[in-house]
Amino acid sequence: MLSRTAENLYWLARYVERAEYLARTIEATLRVTALPNTYIGQTNEWDSALLTAGVSAAFYEIYEEANETNVVEYLSFSTANPSSIRNCIEAARLNSRSVRTALTGEMWDTINSAWLELQSAWSGGAKTREQLANFLRFVQETSLRFDGSAYRTMLRNDAYWFSRLGLHLERADNTARILDVKYHLLLPEDEHVGGPLDYYQWTSILRSVSALTAYHWVYRETLKPWLIADLLILNDTLPRSLASCYGNLVRNLDQIGVSYGRQGAAQRHARGVRNRLEHSNMQDIFQHGLHEFIQEFIADNSRLGDIIAKQYLI
Amino acid sequence: MAVAFDEMNGPQGELRPAYEELSRWLKETPPDALEHRRQEAELLFRRIGITFAVYGDSESTERLIPFDVIPRIISGKEWTLLEKGLKQRTRAINMFLKDIYHGREILRAGLIPDDLIFQNPVFRPEMNGQDVPHDVYVHIAGIDIVRTNPDEFFVLEDNARTPSGVSYMLENREIMMRLFPDLFARHRVAPVEKYPDELLSCLRSVAPRSASTEPTVALMTPGVYNSAYYEHSFLADKLGVELVEGRDLIVKNDEVFMRTTEGLKRVDVIYRRVDDDFLDPLTFRPDSALGVPGLMSAYMAGNVTLANAVGTGIADDKAIYSYMPEVVKFYLGEEPILKNVPTWRCREPGDLAYVLDHLGELVVKEVHGSGGYGMLIGPAATKATIEAFRDKLKREPEGFIAQPTLALSTCPTCTESGLAPRHVDLRPFVLTGSKNVSIVAGGLTRVALKEGSLVVNSSQGGGTKDTWILDE
Repeated sequence: MLSRTAENLYWLARYVERAEYLARTIEATLRVTALPNTYIGQTNEWDSALLTAGVSAAFYEIYEEANETNVVEYLSFSTANPSSIRNCIEAARLNSRSVRTALTGEMWDTINSAWLELQSAWSGGAKTREQLANFLRFVQETSLRFDGSAYRTMLRNDAYWFSRLGLHLERADNTARILDVKYHLLLPEDEHVGGPLDYYQWTSILRSVSALTAYHWVYRETLKPWLIADLLILNDTLPRSLASCYGNLVRNLDQIGVSYGRQGAAQRHARGVRNRLEHSNMQDIFQHGLHEFIQEFIADNSRLGDIIAKQYLI
Repeated sequence: MAVAFDEMNGPQGELRPAYEELSRWLKETPPDALEHRRQEAELLFRRIGITFAVYGDSESTERLIPFDVIPRIISGKEWTLLEKGLKQRTRAINMFLKDIYHGREILRAGLIPDDLIFQNPVFRPEMNGQDVPHDVYVHIAGIDIVRTNPDEFFVLEDNARTPSGVSYMLENREIMMRLFPDLFARHRVAPVEKYPDELLSCLRSVAPRSASTEPTVALMTPGVYNSAYYEHSFLADKLGVELVEGRDLIVKNDEVFMRTTEGLKRVDVIYRRVDDDFLDPLTFRPDSALGVPGLMSAYMAGNVTLANAVGTGIADDKAIYSYMPEVVKFYLGEEPILKNVPTWRCREPGDLAYVLDHLGELVVKEVHGSGGYGMLIGPAATKATIEAFRDKLKREPEGFIAQPTLALSTCPTCTESGLAPRHVDLRPFVLTGSKNVSIVAGGLTRVALKEGSLVVNSSQGGGTKDTWILDE
C-alpha cells in the first residue's frame, strides 16, 4: 500500500486513541478535584492533567495558572492546542478523508458523524459541567465505535495492522505518561510514604485507564500502589498495560513482516522492548528506579514511532 | 402527631447551614430541568440494571426503586456524632453476641429475661460455645437511623443479619456525580467509593487460621430470583470475588470448596447473603435448595468464616431491641450515644395494657417481621385494621412490640406538585474487621414518597436519595 495511506491510517488511530485518553483524564481529574481537600491534599490536579497530556509547556505560554476552566478548555476545545480533543477529532477526519477508500464505511461514518457533531453541538465548547460530562462521554463512545468498527469490519491486511500499530503505540505512550507523572505514588511498601490521601489518587490513576474493577479481579486485594504499578506495566491481561500494548505491537509488526516477506528495525526494536517487559518483575524495576524505567520506556516507545515512520511511512 | 423536623428548613423555618448551597441551586434551577434529570436518572438505573424483584408481584418482576434526585445533606458535625454512636453500638452488639453464645454474663446479671433468648427462633443453639475469628459476629451492620429534631439520632433497627442497600449508596452517588456535576462541585462531599475496598479488607481480615496468607473470599447469593440479586452481583464485581450459589460450593473433610474450571478451589471467607435458615440443609431447613450440605460442619471446624456469623439475628431481634441501651452500658460502661425509640414490650402485661389503650397512636411491629410487612401504623390505620391488630395482640402479645409514631424528619423531595417535604431514614453501613470498626461517610437514605407516609421500605413504595456528608 501507499506509504501515505499507511501513515494516515496509523495517525488516524493515534488521534482517536488520544482523544479518548484525554477525555478519561479530564473525567478522572474532575472526579478527584470534587473531593474535599482532606481526601486529596493540596496538589494541583489540573497541573498533573496537563503533564500527563504532555502539553504543560505549551499551556503555560498562554495561561498563567492551571485551573479547571482553562485546562478543560485547553485539553478539550482549544484550537491553539494541536492535541486537544477537538483537534484530534478534526485531524482524524482529515486523515480519514484522504484514505477514505482504505476505511470501511462503518469507520468513516463514525469519524465523520463525530466531526459533524463536534461542529454542530460543540462549537461553543461546554458551558456547564453537565454539558462537559456529555461531551466526554460522546468522545469515549466515538472511540469505542471506531475501534469496534475497525475490529469487526476491516480486512486483516496491512491497512488493519498499521491502524493497530497507531492505536497501541499511542496507548502505550498514554499509560506511560500517567506513570511518569504519578510514579511517586506507586512506590513499593518500604519506600511508600503516602498516607490515606493517596487512596483517591490511586483510584484516579486506575480510572483513567479504566482498570479500577479490573484491579480487584486481578489481585483480589485492596489497592496497593506497587500492585497498581504491576498492573499498568507488566500485566499483559490488561489492555492498557505497557506489556499488553507491546504484545500487540510485536504481533502486528510481525504480521506486516510476514506479509511483506521482510523484517526490519521496527520489528527488532519492538521485540526488544517487549522482551524487556516480559523478563522484568516489579522488584527489579523498583530497584532500578521506577521513574527511570518509565522514562526509558517513553523514550523507547517514541523511538519505535520514529523507526516505524522511517521504515514504512515516509 | 407533631409537625416533622425538616432537615433543610429547620424548626422555625430557617434555612439550615448544610443546605444553603442546595437551596441556592434549587432557586436557580427550573423545575422542568429537575424533571428532565429525574428521567435521565431512571434511564441510567435501567441501563445499569439496578432493579429489584418484588415478591408476589407477577406483573413486573423487575422494578426500579424510585430515585429522588435531591440529595440529603448531613453536616460534618452531625456525622461525627453519628459515627461515634454507630461504632459504639456495633461494638456492643458484637460483645453481646459473644456473651450470649458463651458466658451469658448479661443473663446472669438479670438484664434480659432468659426466655427472650432461648425461646427465640433466631437464637442458634448450634453456636453455643463456638468461637468465631477475632470475636467478630457482625462484620457488616446496616443500622437504621431516624431523627425527629436537630440534636438527636434514634436507632430504629439494628440490622445485623444480611443488611442490604449498600449498592444504592454507591450507585446513587455515581448517578448524582454524573447528572449533577455542578451541584456536586459546589459542595465538599465525603466520598463513598472506598466502601468495596474496606469491605474486602474487612472480610480478608477475619479469615480462619487454616487459610493461606491470601485468603479466598466469595460472595454467596440465593440466586437471580432474590430481590437483592443486583446488589450481590454488583458487590462481587467491585470486590473482585466470585459470586457463588449454594450449588457452586461443596464441602469435603470440613473444608469448603468452589467448583471451578480448574478443579476445586478452597474458600476461606464467605460473605453470605443467604439467611441462616437456608445455609445448610443438614443443620437448618432440610428443604433448602439454596444451601450447602455440610457448610455448618466446616464452619464449626473453623475452616471457613461466615460473614455475618450464624445466629446474629438474636442481636437485631425487635424484642431484644428495647434492651439495647442496657446492652451498651453493660459491655462498654458508657452512656449510649444513639438513642433508642421508646418501646413497649407487649409481653409485659403493663405495657400490653397501655398499648391496647393507645393503638390509634402507636406503631405496632411484629417481633420477627421485616421489610415493613406486618406492621400497624395507628394514626394511618382504619378502625377495622386496628381491631384486627387488637385481636392479634391479645392472642400472642409476646409476638409484638409497640413504639410511638415518630415524626420522622423530612427532606425536600421531587413530587408531582413540585418540591415537598417527605419523611426519610438513614442506613449507614458499619464494618467490623479483626482490627477496627469503620464506616464510610454516607449511607442509604430511604424516603417515603407518598405524602404523609412514614414507611420508607422499597417494597412499600419508598424511594432512595443520595446522602451527602459534608467535609467541614
